[in-house]
Amino acid sequence: MTAPADLNIDRIAELSRLALTAEEKVRFSAQLGSVLGHIEQLSKVDVTGIEPTAHAFPLHNIWAADIARPGLAVADALRNAPAQRENMIVVPKVME
Amino acid sequence: MNYEAVIGLEVHVQIKTHSKVFTRVGAGYGHEPNTLTDPVVLALPGTLPVMNKAALDAIIKAGLLLGCEIAPVCKWDRKQYFYPDSPKNYQISQYDQPICIGGSVEIELPGAARNIMGEHKKIPLTRIHLEEDVGKLNHGASDSLVDYNRAGTPLMEIVSDPAMHTAEEAYAYLTSIRHTMIYGGISDCDMEKGQLRCDANISIRPVGETKLGTKVELKNLNSISFVRDGIAHEIKRQLAVVAAGGKLIQETRDYDGQTGTSQSLRSKEMAHDYRYFPDPDLMPVQVDAAWKEKLRAECPELPFDKQRRFLRDYQVPYTITSVLIPERGLSDFFEASAQLAGPGRAQAVGNWIANDFLRELSAAKLPLGASKITPASLAELVGLVEVGTLLNAAAKEVFVAMFATGEAPAAVVARLGLAAVPSDAGELETWCRESIAANPKALVEFKAGKDGAINAFKGPVMKAGKGKANPKLVDETLRRLLAGA
Repeated sequence: MTAPADLNIDRIAELSRLALTAEEKVRFSAQLGSVLGHIEQLSKVDVTGIEPTAHAFPLHNIWAADIARPGLAVADALRNAPAQRENMIVVPKVME
Repeated sequence: MNYEAVIGLEVHVQIKTHSKVFTRVGAGYGHEPNTLTDPVVLALPGTLPVMNKAALDAIIKAGLLLGCEIAPVCKWDRKQYFYPDSPKNYQISQYDQPICIGGSVEIELPGAARNIMGEHKKIPLTRIHLEEDVGKLNHGASDSLVDYNRAGTPLMEIVSDPAMHTAEEAYAYLTSIRHTMIYGGISDCDMEKGQLRCDANISIRPVGETKLGTKVELKNLNSISFVRDGIAHEIKRQLAVVAAGGKLIQETRDYDGQTGTSQSLRSKEMAHDYRYFPDPDLMPVQVDAAWKEKLRAECPELPFDKQRRFLRDYQVPYTITSVLIPERGLSDFFEASAQLAGPGRAQAVGNWIANDFLRELSAAKLPLGASKITPASLAELVGLVEVGTLLNAAAKEVFVAMFATGEAPAAVVARLGLAAVPSDAGELETWCRESIAANPKALVEFKAGKDGAINAFKGPVMKAGKGKANPKLVDETLRRLLAGA
């Protein structure tokens, strides 16, 4: 399957923070194209009279009482961090 | 051409809960970095969020206090963006079905003078929704350090309509929200701790135009005064650009309160695309009438309503109410004291609180709750002054002692011998009679209509009382006796 013409793979790659090679762009464009094709099919279903819903089950108000529990030790919390300093995670300098 | 500014504010208020909004690790300010995290906060694989009932209660209460419609059903959405402050790469928020809709914030603009109440108006709200706060980035010279303690703290976003036109209105709006949230026990709204944050959308347009002009978003308004100064500065900047024949561009600007300047933040190469979609991990919230009414019953009287009631029922001056009202505890203390003191004494109670009590609390660095003065002891003190047992100067001394020791005023008066003398009205009358008898010349003058001659009788009486006689009682007694002399 080929990608639809309005699929902007560069924009999607940027939003996903992925650096794609030219070969990957072609491959993923095709794959995303088939996902979109599937959605196209879904959008053809007649949903007249069916209320939109965010969930398949009519469950509401699933919550817990506001009672604090201990969390992770700092060392554990930082275990996945590639770099740390002063018990904080070091990230490249970012400014909005 | 005349221009007007149009201002809309997005106010973020952290809700005061014990645990975070979608997980139960503790929430709070001032903890060592990354000590308030758990697998949900860090978005470790396989974790699932669970709503915090108290955060929902709090935002519904906020909505009720601000006259919002509470949506019968609301849901959660994911707002996608890449930034290290959010470990999930999305923030759980509410997009098209917020929990509170509409409503308004009553504001008071500055009056003509400090002792005159200013104009009141209502600023309409668009919505209030609940979301999770994000982590804090500490920017260094070459890198940034991430602390996730704040991530997941329940955060309300209160969005106003673009309905304000001056920096003063924005300032009054933020002040009113702050007081209301503090009254409701929803947040402490300490801007220094980031519990209340504000972004402003500002544009200008020719007066009479109904379409909005090009909008500039002003960020980092991290104190209430910076909000006022930053907005005033931005309006001036926009007017200057237009006056010089320039064209405004839609941008985000960062206001620096220290220097009073703003600069454009490097604009993103592309506009935000948050790709909102419903969060599949969280079920919607249904608010029924019973829940809403239970919370409505817990809502306190609004600060401005309380102020109007104090002015009407207790006849206290506006300046006193504007000291009492911002702090709910203080205004409750006033009301309890005024009721115990009885009719006609509320103004004295208000004066004691606004002047002496606040001064002593501040000098002792004590919160109201830790004070040894009680409404009962203050009411008693006011009573002693009213009936003439205690002179004003002596009462000040008694108050300081009461504040230090927690003794009842009568006990302090007895211990320090501060009662006005004589305690017996008959004795005072005797002193007055003797004084009049000893000065026939002044008596003649007084009788001839020279009112000031009465002062000649007062000296000996005050001397007899060693300075502790009540001047008001002395004056009254002398006049009564002179009338019959």
